[in-house]
Amino acid sequence: MSRRDARRVLGLPVCAALAAVLAAGILAGPRFGEFHGAYGRMLNAVAVPQRHATNVVTSIVFDVRGVDTMGEEFILFAAVVGVVLLLRDEREPAGSTRADDVRSDAIRMFGVVMVGPVLLVGLWLAAFGLVTPGGGFQGGIVIAAAIVLVYVSAGYRQWSRFGRERLLDPFEGLAAAAYVAVGLAALVAGEPFLRNLLGNGQTGTLVSGGSMSILNWAVAIEVAAANLVLYTEFLESYVVPHISER
Amino acid sequence: MSILAALVVAWVFGVGVYGAIVSRNLIHLAICLSVSQSATYILLLTVGYRHGAGAPIFKGVPLGSPAVDPVVQALTLTDVVVGVTITALILALALDVHRESGSVDPDEIAELQG
Amino acid sequence: MLLLVAAAATAVALTMDPLRQVVVSSVYGLLLVILFVVLQAPDVALSMLVVSSVAYPLIVLIAISRTRRRRGGEG
Repeated sequence: MSRRDARRVLGLPVCAALAAVLAAGILAGPRFGEFHGAYGRMLNAVAVPQRHATNVVTSIVFDVRGVDTMGEEFILFAAVVGVVLLLRDEREPAGSTRADDVRSDAIRMFGVVMVGPVLLVGLWLAAFGLVTPGGGFQGGIVIAAAIVLVYVSAGYRQWSRFGRERLLDPFEGLAAAAYVAVGLAALVAGEPFLRNLLGNGQTGTLVSGGSMSILNWAVAIEVAAANLVLYTEFLESYVVPHISER
Repeated sequence: MSILAALVVAWVFGVGVYGAIVSRNLIHLAICLSVSQSATYILLLTVGYRHGAGAPIFKGVPLGSPAVDPVVQALTLTDVVVGVTITALILALALDVHRESGSVDPDEIAELQG
Repeated sequence: MLLLVAAAATAVALTMDPLRQVVVSSVYGLLLVILFVVLQAPDVALSMLVVSSVAYPLIVLIAISRTRRRRGGEG
């Protein structure tokens, strides 16, 4: 019996047992569709009058669970730093020529047409995150996806202008720092960390939610920059050695 | 319905772990781990669901109309975005292993190390 | 819907070739998006949509191409 067969034979009952225990545990919890979590109900009732943000999910992410979101943001930051450290030393020496990959015209055309609209959708998602579905996290990844389309349509040379670490790293670092700065500003003003300082604004408008909208944009930039750094690292490790082989 | 949701969550988690155990490729393993992780999304959202309730966004609907639990949605939201970054980190580690040992097969790598 | 998701998850885990797995896992991601909309979670559905259709395929495809190319060069 090979090692692989052994893993299959041993793994199957283990996974089945694991799933069974998990299912039993979940079944002991609240029944589907009848969950009455006190926090969720309370927030649905008070979040809009108190925070003036019609999207309760966003107001939880950036206000009620603000400190936790800061933690999440730094997980993102740490993971990206890890990827950069692991992949960066495979870099080609500077000054070598980088050719563009040849692509089909249809894909190129698709990219050209889509860059603008996708970028707009990303900005719109981030901007209206406190009003309608959306927010910094979703807006950020859409913005990053839009800029990846530059690579698809215009090739690596154009992409590398956006993807330069000199440009992206400050964005990523500053956005992460901005989140903490907003929190510290509240401390300086004698309020608890991350306390909303700017008032609530008018419900249903772009400035609703006070400092939540600042945090929202900080997260949008952080997520967009973090994803772009990731894509750049992976693309560079793929495209650059590929070209140098020719 | 309640039983079905629990079984599906457990199944998705279990099948992801099983895929990781029998994996012959570290990249395959990373995707299987992300399948296991997606079980947590389904669990959180099915836990927060309420019959006959709308999304927790009070734009265009009167305040106080029934809505599903927003707390679990906020948890899942950050989970999804951070999850893809973690998968990228795992893939980068896999590429690092590949550079050191020239293989992405866990068995071959184990044999190389004796 | 839940059953479809469970079936797709099984397909992802049991597809042994990573290249095919990328396609299958994208389908799985889109099924998750529909499930999230059904569960009244548009915020989560939006971020899952982008993650499963752009971010995952991109980084996984690049990782696959690197491992394949290197092995071909050595052998």
